[in-house]
Amino acid sequence: MSFISELESIRDDELCQQLEQTSVQDVQRILAQSSLSMRDYLALLSPAGEACIEDMAQCAHRRTVQHFGRTMQLFTPMYMANYCENGCIYCGYSHYSDIHRLKLNASDIEAEAQNIRSTGLEHILLLTGESYQHSPVSYIEDAIRIVAPLFSSVSIEVYSLTVHEYEQLVKADLDGMTMFQETYNPILYEQLHPFGPKRDFQKRIDTPEFACQGGVRTVNIGALMGLDDWRLEAYKTGLHARYLMKQYSDVEIAVSTPRIRPCAVGYQPQHPLRDIELVQYILALRIAFPRIGITLSSRESPMMRNHLVKLGVTKMSAGVTTAVGGHTRGEDSNQFDISDNRSVAAMAAMIREQGYQPIFKDWQLL
Amino acid sequence: MGEMIGIDDKQSNTTMKETEYVIGGIDCSDDTFQVGNQCFSSRLLVGTGKFGSYQIMKETILASRTDIVTVALRRAGGSEHSENILDYIPKDIHLMPNTSGARTAEEAVRIARMARVLGCGNLIKIEVIRDQRYLLPDNMETIKATDILAKEGFSVFPYMSPDLMDAKRLVDAGAATVMPLAAPIGSNRGLETKGMIQMLIEEIDIPIIVDAGIGKPSEAAEAMEMGADAVLVNTAIASSDNPILMAQAFHHAVLAGRQAFLAKCGAVQHVAQASSPLTGFLRD
Repeated sequence: MSFISELESIRDDELCQQLEQTSVQDVQRILAQSSLSMRDYLALLSPAGEACIEDMAQCAHRRTVQHFGRTMQLFTPMYMANYCENGCIYCGYSHYSDIHRLKLNASDIEAEAQNIRSTGLEHILLLTGESYQHSPVSYIEDAIRIVAPLFSSVSIEVYSLTVHEYEQLVKADLDGMTMFQETYNPILYEQLHPFGPKRDFQKRIDTPEFACQGGVRTVNIGALMGLDDWRLEAYKTGLHARYLMKQYSDVEIAVSTPRIRPCAVGYQPQHPLRDIELVQYILALRIAFPRIGITLSSRESPMMRNHLVKLGVTKMSAGVTTAVGGHTRGEDSNQFDISDNRSVAAMAAMIREQGYQPIFKDWQLL
Repeated sequence: MGEMIGIDDKQSNTTMKETEYVIGGIDCSDDTFQVGNQCFSSRLLVGTGKFGSYQIMKETILASRTDIVTVALRRAGGSEHSENILDYIPKDIHLMPNTSGARTAEEAVRIARMARVLGCGNLIKIEVIRDQRYLLPDNMETIKATDILAKEGFSVFPYMSPDLMDAKRLVDAGAATVMPLAAPIGSNRGLETKGMIQMLIEEIDIPIIVDAGIGKPSEAAEAMEMGADAVLVNTAIASSDNPILMAQAFHHAVLAGRQAFLAKCGAVQHVAQASSPLTGFLRD
């Protein structure tokens, strides 16, 4: 069983037809429902949904307060290595990108983690590029063991691992994983990933499922918005989330909504999203999946992030650098340019000003 | 948030406690909420999630006049660089850590032991949830965890789906109370499982605390009128526009429901009965 068979059974032209046929009345009716089908979710992503954006926002806000309260969980990414064998044509870390390559050793990792810890954060996300030579699974495992005593929750955003490898990392105190499908369009996926192990579309699709099978508690998925028609990507991401929630009901499934940003390789997105479209996507997710975690990164501007606190997002990054060793050495070569470089303290203050509670700790490594 | 006003927050706790136990000339002062050999001064238990700030949470707890608050251990503690929720729990109120996030009995047991190490006392609310969509409890794992923790001396408050056989198993496993859900956590859907809870009230000899799903004070009052021993409320208070005022409303509702239960409500008649048409001949 794999999500790929469900993905292959849907047709883009049928989805587009339904999106076009959705009326404002349809959207209003759906907003009054207490539970939504996937067809309803698709309708919320339609152009008619955009016309109802304020009603959608009111609904999403109520549901978020009901299920998550007035809280916002904070975390930060820690880039450990940027060696990469993949040729993703939209990524500043891709193999042919002319950036300075480096990786943190054990004492660098410890120092970096201590710096992050001193900001009060308890949730950390470890990242590497895909290089079996420079950042093999053993390197990731060692890093988890180094940082786990300092944090309440350790997640990774690396490359595809096997079920067995996830089990191995869970034993080392891994708590969560993030894996972006980038695009759910297989033809586009092939074009965007001309070489490297990441080129295998199905393996990428199956990886979050491998993590669920390997005992990872929190699995975060997402499409990189801007690569393909956002409505289709948003729908398929929701479909993927629903599949995982059904198959692995004990795993916390979360969705990120990353919008593509300028980076070292100068890729121009073919389907850029307007702000209102990103907001519509987040609102639709919240309304269709009331309890799902929604993560918003510092790819978005302070203005957007300030306003999205009340609109369905449950987790935000803070004090972000996308440079390897950036928490100790400052900026160097970035995976992508961030838009919001506010410190943890500044983010927490902004959240409090809105009457929300910043949550630093929301798990306890057992 | 700053200008939330409670209706009678000037009145001190002690004054209220003295007055509220003498009702209509009947002394209800011995009607404390008893669990095992522990007595609690309120039948309203309050959850601590979803508040906009710990300060509002603290004021809400005080306004509710609760005697037991539950805190997710996953949110407690933390580094010296961030606020600790435990610092905002008033010292004279009983702390009941819960095992939120546990997916198995084993995880719940580990969380409970951690709570004890942290000095959170002996009360523990067991939550074992393997369903992230509806957040329904796993009764089987909950029974296992209850068995282990009761033997270790914890006073175990297990959160469960209201099933009579499982409630009996929890009693056998050493639970101090049984906490059936009224509706899914955070749903505010009210007493959807009323009939099932009624059976637990009738058949189970340890206290029944209705937990989860209560959305309005009237529903809390209804649960108490039915004979529940206590209710636990979180979302309905924390997600209201004025948590402090809502906490007071729940305090009054729980008290009113309890008093109605003690006073015994009149029988419900579906038709007016002025005479005795079937047995009148006996008196002729």
